Amino acid sequence: MNSNYELPLEDAGYSFGFLDEYAKKEVRRCILKAIAIPGYQTPYASREMPMGRGFGTGGLQITLSLIGVQDTLKVIDQGSDDSVNAVNLRQFVQLTCPGVDVTEKTEEASLLQSRHRIPEKPLTEAQILILQVPYPDALVVVEASEARRKIMHAEADYSRLLVKLYEDIVHFDEITISHRYPTRINGHYVIDPSPIPRWDVPKLHQSKALVLLGAGREKKIYAVPPYTLAEPLVFDDIAFRVEDFRDATGVRHACRCCGSTVSFLDEFSNDQGMVAYQCSDSAYCEEQQQTGSAA
Amino acid sequence: MSRKILEVRGLSRIHGKGCPLCTQHTGPEFDTNICPFCGSVVAAHDINFDLYRGEILGIIGESGSGKSSTVKMLYFDDAPTSGQAIFFDGAEQHDLFSLNAAQQRSMRNKRFGMVYQNPHLGLNFQISAGGNIAERLLMSDLKHYAEIRRRAGELLSRTEVSLARMDQNPKTFSGGMQQRVQIAKALATRPPLLFLDEVTTGLDLSVQAAILDLILEIQNELDTAMIVVTHDLGVIRLLAGRTLVMKHGRVIESGLTDQILEDPQHAYTQRLVASAL
Amino acid sequence: MTQAILTIEDYAKTFHLHERNKDIPSASGVSLSVYPGRLTALIGPTGAGKSSVLKGIYRTYLPSSGRILYRSKAGNVIDLAKAGEHQILELRKQEIGFVTQFLYCLPRKSAIDVVAEPLFARGVDSHEARGRAEKLLAQLAVPSHLWNVPPATFSGGEKQRVNLARGLIAQPRLLLLDEPTASLDPATTERVVEHIQSLKETGIAMLAIFHHPDLVRRLADEVVELSPPIAVTELSKD
Repeated sequence: MNSNYELPLEDAGYSFGFLDEYAKKEVRRCILKAIAIPGYQTPYASREMPMGRGFGTGGLQITLSLIGVQDTLKVIDQGSDDSVNAVNLRQFVQLTCPGVDVTEKTEEASLLQSRHRIPEKPLTEAQILILQVPYPDALVVVEASEARRKIMHAEADYSRLLVKLYEDIVHFDEITISHRYPTRINGHYVIDPSPIPRWDVPKLHQSKALVLLGAGREKKIYAVPPYTLAEPLVFDDIAFRVEDFRDATGVRHACRCCGSTVSFLDEFSNDQGMVAYQCSDSAYCEEQQQTGSAA
Repeated sequence: MSRKILEVRGLSRIHGKGCPLCTQHTGPEFDTNICPFCGSVVAAHDINFDLYRGEILGIIGESGSGKSSTVKMLYFDDAPTSGQAIFFDGAEQHDLFSLNAAQQRSMRNKRFGMVYQNPHLGLNFQISAGGNIAERLLMSDLKHYAEIRRRAGELLSRTEVSLARMDQNPKTFSGGMQQRVQIAKALATRPPLLFLDEVTTGLDLSVQAAILDLILEIQNELDTAMIVVTHDLGVIRLLAGRTLVMKHGRVIESGLTDQILEDPQHAYTQRLVASAL
Repeated sequence: MTQAILTIEDYAKTFHLHERNKDIPSASGVSLSVYPGRLTALIGPTGAGKSSVLKGIYRTYLPSSGRILYRSKAGNVIDLAKAGEHQILELRKQEIGFVTQFLYCLPRKSAIDVVAEPLFARGVDSHEARGRAEKLLAQLAVPSHLWNVPPATFSGGEKQRVNLARGLIAQPRLLLLDEPTASLDPATTERVVEHIQSLKETGIAMLAIFHHPDLVRRLADEVVELSPPIAVTELSKD
C-alpha cells in the first residue's frame, strides 16, 4: 500500500506489520486469486501469530498484509469496538504498524476487521471489510471429507445443504440457521460468510466494499468482490428472511439506548431481570444517540 | 427407432495387478476366478449384453460370480479394467466409461437409479425419509420446496410408505419399508435405467413378494429398464424377461428367463435350476 | 386354403443333461402347419413331445433342429428357432399367446389384474383393460366375488380359467393351448369350447393339445399325430 515503505529492520527485528514481506506477498497473492474466483476458498500458508489460532489470526494476517501507514483501521468484535478480542487485535496492529491510525467510526476507516458482524452504516468503494472466519467451508456440516467437498464445490453441487434446509423446514417450520447462513457468490461457490447473523447477509450482495474472509486455523482466504452477487441459499418458493425483532404483538423492538428500530439488536437481561434490546453495532448506536435522530 | 438403452461390450474387472494369463486360467472351466499365477481376482470378464427400453434383465449367480461387480461398474461405483458401455438416452448417446467424473456423477444422479441390498448404502440415515427423496430431487435441480414435498409424498405413497412416516428417520423403519424408501428415492428423478442389487434378500417372504410386485408395477407404469441382480431363481422368474447366468466372473449362459429355467444349457445352470426349492 | 401362419419343418428337441452325461430326446421329426381361423390339434401318447413342440415355438425350449417359420403381422417370415431374444419377447407381447397348464403370478395381484396384464403391457388404458378382463372372466364362469382376490388361493379349475382368460384376452394372432380344459367340469369346458370357436371366427390361428379325443373332434380343423422319439441314448464318457 505504500511503495516507498522500507523495512524497519532496526526495530526489534520485526517488519512493519509483524509478518515479513514474503509472507505478506503470499497472502496478497492469495487475496488476488480469491477476488478473481469469487467465493472460492484459496488455500494459503497461514503463519504462526503471537496469539492462539481461533482468535482472529486469519483476519489479522489479511489486515497486516494490506495495511500501510496511510490507512485507518477499525476493529470490531460482535459489533463492539471495546470487547476484548477487538481491543487486543487493535493494539497488536498499533504495536506492529507504527503510524497507522485507528478509529471507531465506520466511515473513517479504510480497513475494517470484524468478528461476526458487518457495520450498520453502508460501506463504500474505498473501504475493505475483513471478516474473521472460524469455519470456512459451508459444506462441512454435510460432508466430512475435504476431498469430496472440493469436488462438490467444483460442481456447484449444494443439494445436500438444501436437504439440510429442507429438514429444518420439515421439523421446525422455518430455516433455523441464525448465523453462518450459506450464501452463493457470483452464482457458483457457496461460502460460509463467517458467523454473521442473517441480518448481515444481504449486505454482502452487490456490496460497494471489497469483503475478504480469512480463516487462520483452516488456512483459507476467500472473497466477495465489490458489486458481486451474494445470494443466500433458499428454495424457489421460500424467501430468505432476516431477523425481524418483533414482539408477540408484532411491534418491533427498539434499541434501549438510541431508540433505533432499523438496526440489528442484541438481546440481554437488564438489572431488573427484564429482557432488553440494544444495538449490536456500538459505533452506530453512539452516533444515533449524539445526533438524536434515531430513525 | 432402436429401443436399445444400454449396450455393454467386453466389460472386465480384475482386482489386483493382473498378468497376461489371468483370464486364460480362470473361469467356470477352472472352477476359480483367482489367477493361479499372480493371485489377481477376475471379478468380471468379457461381459456383453444389450438392454432395451422398459425391459427387465436378470443377472443370476452365486456369491462372487461377478453379478454385483457388473452392476457396480455400470453405476460408476467401480471402474472397469476394460470394456465399453453405451447408454442411449433419447437422442443422446453416452460412452459411459469415457465420461469424466463430473459427467458420471451427473448421469448417476439424474439418469440412473440404484437400489442396494443394504439400505445403509442407498439411504442417508441422518435425515428423514422425505429428506432422502428431496436430496435426489435437489440434485436434479428442483428447488421448489412445496413441489419437492409433493413429489416426495407421491413417491412414498406409490411405494406404500405411510405419509405419516415421511418426516421420520428411516432408521426407525422395518427392513421392507427401508427398501421401499430406497426404491422411492431411486425413482425420484424418473430414471430410464434402474439397478436393483439383491433388493429382496434377507426380507420376509411376504415382504419380498410385496416388493417384487411393486417393482413390476412401477416397471409397467414408467417403462423403466431394470437390471436385477439376485441369487434367487424365484425373483428372476417373476421379474425378468431375459436372464444372464454368471459364474466365476463370466456370463456362462443367457436367454429368455423361462428358457433358462426350463431348458438350461450349461451344466452349472442345470445344477442351479435342479437344486432350486 | 389361406396361407399358413406357422409352418414347422422337422422340429426336434433333445435335452443334454451334463450331470448324467445323457441325451434325452423329447420330440423329433415334427412338421405341421397352422392357419388363420383354424385350429391344429396335436395328439399322441404321453411323452410324444406335444408340449415340447409348443414350448419350442414359444422358445421356452431352444429347438435342437428344424425350422419354425412364423409369418408375422408385418408379413415377414421369422424362424422362431433362431430369432433374437428381443424379437421373441416382442412377438410374445404382440402376436403369440401361450396358455400353459400352470399359472405363475405375483401373490397380491387381483384376478382381474392378472388377466388384464397382457393388455397393460401393450399400453391399453387400465380402465378399459379391466373392463375387458371382467367380461372374459364372466364368460368363463369365474364367480364375480373372486375377481378382486389374488388367484393364489383359487381351486385348480378357477386358476386354470384365470390363466386361460389371461392367454385369450390379448387376442394374439397365434395362440398355443396346452390342455386348456384339463381340470374343468363339463359345463365350464363347454363354455371354453364356445369361446375357442368364437376365437376361430375372429381369425386367430391355434395350435392346441387336448385331453379328450372328443374335444379334438369338435374343435380341430387339422390333426397332427406325434409318436415318441427314440429312447434315451447312453453316451460313452469321453
